[in-house]
Amino acid sequence: MHRHTLAELARLLAARQISSLELTRHLLERARSLNPRLNAFITLDEDKTLAQASAADARLARGEGAALTGIPVAHKDIFLADGWRTTCGSHMLENFVAPYDSFVIERFNDAGAVNLGKTNMDEFAMGSSNETSYFGPVRNPWDEARVPGGSSGGSAAAVAARVSPGATGTDTGGSIRQPAALTGICGLKPTYGVCSRWGMIAFASSLDQAGPLARSAEDCALLLNVMAGHDARDSTSVARPPEDYRRELAKPLAGLRVGLPKEYFGDGVAADVARAVQGAIEELQHLGAHMVEISLPNVKLSVPVYYVIAPAEASSNLSRFDGVRYGHRAGDYGDLNDLYCQSRAEGFGAEVKRRILIGTYVLSHGYYDAYYLQALKVRRLIADDHARAFGEVDVILGATAPSTAFRLGDKTDDPVQMYLNDIFTIAAPLAGLPAMSVPCGFGDTGLPVGLHLVGNYFEEARLLNLAHQYQLATDWHRRAPKGFGD
Amino acid sequence: MILYCALPDKRNLATDMNLTLADVQKIAHLARISVTPAQTEEVRIKLTGIFALIAQMQAVDTRGVEPMAHAQDVSLSLRDDRVTESDQREKFQKIAPQVENGLYLVPKVIE
Amino acid sequence: MNWEIVVGIETHAQLSTQSKIFSGSSTAFGAAPNSQASAIDLALPGVLPTLNRGAVERAIRFGLAVGAVISPRSVFARKNYFYPDLPKGYQISQYELPIVVGGALAIVTPEGEKSIRLTRAHLEEDAGKSLHEDFHGSSGIDLNRAGTPLLEIVSEPDLRGAAEAVAYARTLHALVRWIGICDGNMQEGSFRCDANVSVRPRGSDTLGTRCEIKNLNSFRFLEKAIEYEARRQIELIEDGGKVVQQTRLYDPDQGETRAMRSKEDAHDYRYFPDPDLPPLVVDEAWIERVRGELPELPEAKKARFMRQYGLAAYDAHSLTASREMADYYEATAAALGHDPKIAANWVMGELSAALNRHEIGPEASPIAPEQLASLLARILDGTISGKIAKDVFEALWAGECGGNSDAIIAARGLKQISDTGAIEALVDAVLAANPRSVDEFRAGKDKAFNALVGQVMKASRGQANPAQVNEVLKKKLG
Repeated sequence: MHRHTLAELARLLAARQISSLELTRHLLERARSLNPRLNAFITLDEDKTLAQASAADARLARGEGAALTGIPVAHKDIFLADGWRTTCGSHMLENFVAPYDSFVIERFNDAGAVNLGKTNMDEFAMGSSNETSYFGPVRNPWDEARVPGGSSGGSAAAVAARVSPGATGTDTGGSIRQPAALTGICGLKPTYGVCSRWGMIAFASSLDQAGPLARSAEDCALLLNVMAGHDARDSTSVARPPEDYRRELAKPLAGLRVGLPKEYFGDGVAADVARAVQGAIEELQHLGAHMVEISLPNVKLSVPVYYVIAPAEASSNLSRFDGVRYGHRAGDYGDLNDLYCQSRAEGFGAEVKRRILIGTYVLSHGYYDAYYLQALKVRRLIADDHARAFGEVDVILGATAPSTAFRLGDKTDDPVQMYLNDIFTIAAPLAGLPAMSVPCGFGDTGLPVGLHLVGNYFEEARLLNLAHQYQLATDWHRRAPKGFGD
Repeated sequence: MILYCALPDKRNLATDMNLTLADVQKIAHLARISVTPAQTEEVRIKLTGIFALIAQMQAVDTRGVEPMAHAQDVSLSLRDDRVTESDQREKFQKIAPQVENGLYLVPKVIE
Repeated sequence: MNWEIVVGIETHAQLSTQSKIFSGSSTAFGAAPNSQASAIDLALPGVLPTLNRGAVERAIRFGLAVGAVISPRSVFARKNYFYPDLPKGYQISQYELPIVVGGALAIVTPEGEKSIRLTRAHLEEDAGKSLHEDFHGSSGIDLNRAGTPLLEIVSEPDLRGAAEAVAYARTLHALVRWIGICDGNMQEGSFRCDANVSVRPRGSDTLGTRCEIKNLNSFRFLEKAIEYEARRQIELIEDGGKVVQQTRLYDPDQGETRAMRSKEDAHDYRYFPDPDLPPLVVDEAWIERVRGELPELPEAKKARFMRQYGLAAYDAHSLTASREMADYYEATAAALGHDPKIAANWVMGELSAALNRHEIGPEASPIAPEQLASLLARILDGTISGKIAKDVFEALWAGECGGNSDAIIAARGLKQISDTGAIEALVDAVLAANPRSVDEFRAGKDKAFNALVGQVMKASRGQANPAQVNEVLKKKLG
């Protein structure tokens, strides 16, 4: 049953050929048995999950099913789900039981989907390998000695290992797309403002965006149909009429203009990754797309700009974790100041603390203009580069990550090397643009390679169209890691 | 690896790039994160490396460029002035470290 | 040395909205601790702010009332600091681009009217409360007030000394109530002032180093705190010391100010634009609608009272102390129809005294303007004297005879005696009974005449028309 894509399972459920309860039981069992190896889930709650599955079956029996009714979906442990422990991968929230639902969870609940469990992640979404999680690293199903990418690494691994047909993630600098690439699945970061951030624990508010991870573009479209929507509780949520993200899947690619930024094709890409991307380019040309060489002169500054803006916002967003109203409180403290300093020192891991300190510094007196304000200006230049490019092309294409999955521990001692893993994915959130990673082959060691697509604002349907047409012509997305596809 | 990103241009390194231990202690205090004297040097080295990366963007001429604080160019939508929340104290205080008589307790506050 | 005291005031006026500035929690005062603290107010993970239109509208109203510029685009920023009454670890406020820029407020000083320039007014959220009563050495945190909308109104350092500062605060207090944006309840903390105080040698045109005294919630404390702080700074300088810029707290029990420990990080709030809140845009149409709904403002009303009712500046100023008072006066004058000055005298005199005695506002007066006017009409038409009218006023206040003054006059037999024959009879009787006074008067003692008038009034139980009594007496003695 776990071999089916989400779209296939939805058809089987709608036709009542399988029940949500049997599907959910099967996947829960799979999750339990694989978790000691992959560590993809932080929390599984069988009772809650099965209760939702039963309710979904009842709803289907009444003929009131919606597209995802009865489908189990794994949720990144950054989304609050009422009554579920929600940790954000942190000791700080190890025992935090969410008292309300996030927008994304509400949407899946309303659709009758089943919460399969809360997936592991880099602590507070800060990381590119899932090694910063307080609950231990997630392992890549393609090679368990390697990282699945991050920060939505648990979601990516759960989908790649055929534990969950689809999962939610969040993306601030690449946290959906990079793990999708490293685990051979699809991941879509929508335009900023498409999915409400209500109830999604904030990392960098002006960049954070929720999105789906699944095996195919079609599955991503189905998940995004549920996740997207205006929400008055999020002032940055965009008020647009609802759309069906599947509506352009079948459109031929003839005449599509695809931009190849020269800055993304150079020595910085590993040869096997470059080869796979080149193969995808040829396939797309074969499908009728035109390749256009373009230039995004300021994207080389994306990483430095990001490592000012994201930590600045994070340093402020994470101030609420002070051990007063919820979350970890140090066992031993003296005065009020000590309560803060000890609780936060104990509750946060090294990478989170590092980013809080960077953010505090760049906002502090005397440094604001040179760092934070300058970063906001260069951010504008990066956005302008993209705006110019979209005057010439419909989609921008490159590799999602500069290399295939690296080994656990390889980059943990060098934050800068870790940060550079997001070099191709960071520009899109800085500009607020939608972007997607699609499996496009394998590297020398048999590890998956991701093709990165960036669209203009609100052109998710076009990205999904390109990806879907590519997936009709290729079978990379159908390949399962050894031992997980049977 | 993309080398042009990994190697910051040394000419553009600001002079304050070499954080001092006192800088680390100062920002740690502002951020209310206890950093023990033993950890300070390691934190300083890591942060210095990151600031060397960040320094690349400082050389860019941004005169006349409008800062971009938000990913979308939208204006704020407003909420009607209505009371929509009800008392959920019991639920919210269940997850609190220390409460008494409905109040959150902290070590004595000195104004 | 001769010192000049320079003061600028930052006022936090709590805006009279139903719900908080960034959440749908009630702002009602006095609820059980933390019962009005929602997920947003508690800064639970994942919550986001949404801005209350009512708070913005009130800020616009204020800006228009002080002749300020309403920014077409203003920005909310985060002011970062740790404090247990600040759940997010930052306060959402406006920093570089506030909603209200400039403007001025006219105050009345012994030297005449003075215009105090305003720097700005910006929207922000209030913090919660730390209760220091003993919880086994702990403080208790109540977040009901966290997120209450505030308008912080910042004056230029245009005030000279404590008296002017108090005049400014009182005028501002009256204005925010007048335009209905703040209930002005100082006990509940709805109107609090921070005073920036510095001193300099008279004649100097550079400002001295200032200290900020926080959270003064009465006019008396404001006055005392400034006086104390100025004296402290002067003594410090005269003893060869230097004023250090700092935030201080006034202790009313000791009558002194002291440095606040919790403000040690005050120099580094790390302000930056709040990524959760896009810029606030206020269009011209909104501003014009608010302008159209603004009531006549105190200054304009004062000028009109002087022009329309022929009142002196002082009287017009008193009658425009509050909108309720001005409305009461105008209703009384309108019902009376003529002689608006007697209406002014009675509203400022008898009525205000009674209101003060009972600690109520004109809107709660048991005597309606129309009732007061019909009483005043009886003075004007000679039915009763002004002195008797005071008795009738008391009876009206107590609700006698259904609040009908004519009925009270009739029931108590207070109608003035204006019949010449009756007055002559009274006068004759008094003259006959007081030959010594008559002799004294004739010997040139004017005081004796007043004594005789008094006797006649007494004999009439106060009801004789005093003017007629005078006239008849003069004739008889003449």
